[in-house]
Amino acid sequence: MKTAMTRRTFLTKGSLVIAGTAMASQITLFNTSTTQATTQYPFKPHAFLEIAVDGTVTVWTGQTNLGQGSHTGIAMIIADELDAAWENVQVKTAIAAEPFKDPVWHAQATGGSTSIRHRWDLLRKVGSAGRQMLVEAAAERWGISADRCSAREGRVLHPDGHSLKYGELAEAAARRPVPDNPSLKSPQDYHIIGSVKKRLDIPDKVLGKTVYGFDFTLPDMCIAVVGRPPRFGAKVEGYDTQAALAIKGVLKVVPLENRVAVCAETTYGALQGRKALDIKWSEGSLPHLNDETLDLLFTDHLNKPGATAERSGDIAKALAQADRTIEQSYKLPYLSHAQVEPINCTAHVEKDRCRIWIPTQGQTATQHTAAKLTGLPVDKVEVMTTPAGGGFGLRGEQDPVVDSVLLAKILNRPVKVIFTREDDFANDYFRPASHCKITAGLDKEGRITGWSHQVAAPSVMSRVMAQYVENGVDADAVSGITDMVYSIPNKRVTYAMVNLPVSVGWWRSVGYSINTFTVESFMDELAHIAGNDPLAFRLAHMEKDSRAYNILSLLADKCGWGDSPSPGRARGIAVASCFESYAAHMAEVSVGKNGKITVHKVVCALDCGTAVHPDAIRAQAEGGVVMGLSAAFHEKIRFKNGGVDTANYYDYPVLSMSEVPEIEVYIAESQLKAGGIGEPVLPSVAPAVANGVFKATGVRLRELPFKTGLLARN
Amino acid sequence: MIELHVNGKGKSVDVASDTPLLWVLRDNLGITSVKYTCGVGECGVCTVLIDGESVRSCSITAKEAAGRKILTIEGIPDDHPVKIGWLEKQVPQCGYCQPGIMLQAVDFLTRNPTPTDTQINEAMDDVICRCGSHPRIKKAIRFAAEMTTKQGG
Repeated sequence: MKTAMTRRTFLTKGSLVIAGTAMASQITLFNTSTTQATTQYPFKPHAFLEIAVDGTVTVWTGQTNLGQGSHTGIAMIIADELDAAWENVQVKTAIAAEPFKDPVWHAQATGGSTSIRHRWDLLRKVGSAGRQMLVEAAAERWGISADRCSAREGRVLHPDGHSLKYGELAEAAARRPVPDNPSLKSPQDYHIIGSVKKRLDIPDKVLGKTVYGFDFTLPDMCIAVVGRPPRFGAKVEGYDTQAALAIKGVLKVVPLENRVAVCAETTYGALQGRKALDIKWSEGSLPHLNDETLDLLFTDHLNKPGATAERSGDIAKALAQADRTIEQSYKLPYLSHAQVEPINCTAHVEKDRCRIWIPTQGQTATQHTAAKLTGLPVDKVEVMTTPAGGGFGLRGEQDPVVDSVLLAKILNRPVKVIFTREDDFANDYFRPASHCKITAGLDKEGRITGWSHQVAAPSVMSRVMAQYVENGVDADAVSGITDMVYSIPNKRVTYAMVNLPVSVGWWRSVGYSINTFTVESFMDELAHIAGNDPLAFRLAHMEKDSRAYNILSLLADKCGWGDSPSPGRARGIAVASCFESYAAHMAEVSVGKNGKITVHKVVCALDCGTAVHPDAIRAQAEGGVVMGLSAAFHEKIRFKNGGVDTANYYDYPVLSMSEVPEIEVYIAESQLKAGGIGEPVLPSVAPAVANGVFKATGVRLRELPFKTGLLARN
Repeated sequence: MIELHVNGKGKSVDVASDTPLLWVLRDNLGITSVKYTCGVGECGVCTVLIDGESVRSCSITAKEAAGRKILTIEGIPDDHPVKIGWLEKQVPQCGYCQPGIMLQAVDFLTRNPTPTDTQINEAMDDVICRCGSHPRIKKAIRFAAEMTTKQGG
């Protein structure tokens, strides 16, 4: 995607003058209302950056710390162009404000692996502008021209060798005009970008000092849990208020639209109070909805005419004239985010402002939700983003904001709404389930002549941004197919939207988490039928020396694709591109007689453009392998009697320590624009394993999670 | 009143005796490094040490813990090999699960100072980290074990 911001406007948009203020729970905030720079932090060339008289460089970010490491990456980019001394750099989370909105999306949010890739030029220019102003300030003091000075490690150097520290220049630099078009470094001059750095947020996390939203507290705050419908469309039929009020610490029982809240002095009081309420619910609108009926519904949609998402060439002719046509179907389940910190939000509604503390992925959405509920203008809703215990796409949802703001208004005191683990599973916005049918033709030489792909799946976009659903097509539901890394001469992609009351949302890598499994499994099937090697077959259908071609080649080189694996083991590969990056995985597996699959090793090759913070990128790639394997082997949300049947982790196991294989990560050298990291490292994991299992056993696993019973040999 | 002994200090708390230790530590004593995740002893995120043994604080009542020595991550010295290992290997991603997992690792390494990889897998198989920090947890435990061995235990 192209950054829409012009050079001339980039700094004026961010030229808020700001001051840091210490608030409850040690959360330091941006106060965007003040126009006065402080004595301690005189130099604030941009909302992202301030430099103190003692030389401390503070990078302010509006991006959420979900554990992905981008806070440190953002600081590294600014610090590199600033020529700061890294040991003087700190990063802090800002209150939600205009300058922190995504330059492409025009809303403040953390998702789509955008934190850096949507700000690649902007972040560098902020650092560069700061450096230029400091250099000019030094030149002025020395009475020489600025181009005779240089900057290094937090100092401006005089041509004679002496120097001034940035802190000493901060006040003078603040009087310089902010440059419209600061010059950017050549990649070969980067000294912080691409270097080994410790993540700035890790010490507090190791010491237990990080205050997540769930931990946040305010004086006079009460804690609320909400009884929500256990089945789709179920309504409250009765509950025992007195029993709840009899529990120690329970303050109030508050009926809301289709749910009942219990507010208490303590968490345990709120939990016991909700239990005591013993809410009676009606049957709901779809009592027969369960795993089997859902399966039939999806299959039914697979055979309906779908809306056209892509059409190129003449698919009917290509299939009719093919030497062989191959057809297969695949199924993937609903998934939960299962992030470890349950959903929560703290709100305090006052006469002329509303303050919210939340581990959110959607600050602007949160502001709008609270503004609507309170009648306050959006700029009177102050959103403080706490660190988040994982998110994976869930944390933009507004339910906890709605409940905490409503309750804070009713109780006239701060309220923290928390979800229990059971609330999280029952009320998740699930990764949609998806079924698909693919038909392809091969010519006599074993090349693909045409590819027809029908997807039946619910639509996330229809709920969150219906305006982007065009002609019945939710582009996310077919992503990874319409933009696959292969060149196919004749192609048809169709989509049958499955409409259900099951709430669906974005989950790490969105549609790619689904469609990469089906495309890359089917490519493997075609390679086998064509009698070709899985690597050679893939490369033969790619543009030579494209980034996808090169990353797959790098993977093959690093994993020794041409060599034989250890006896009893087999290897599979897969590749995908999304969020402006390219990732490929090799999985080395063995399959026991009972059908048990062991993944011994996964090798990941990643081309993410400029690798800003290689160790954090490796950590994301390792996490992508673990989450990808977890989805491949275990994860599936189950439904029963018209509601979610999955209650807690005992129903939804995630990958455990002993199942985690040896993981190797190789990052391609690149000077291109930084691409996404968090999401691109996931999609090709599951198909690499399935392809390895096929190689080992000759059995093709076309459903997730894997049905390993299919592999048992007697 | 229930008397708790947390990180070397005595604390009196006025709670119902069946209150899980987890909520007493968090709500009454303000020790929020002890995290809630599953509430049913499935994930290990709320783990504390009681008389040196890792215990899921959601699954033990305040009364049962009374009078015993409770340690949370704050009670582990900052130069403890497990803390150093976690920093050195850059283990946390979101970090929410880590204090509990680290405390389980402290207990494990006390009982088995020179573990094999298989023993690490077995001892840490019942914890949940959704970010996938597992490879680094394993490395950090090996690091901590080696550091302890070099220091002569």
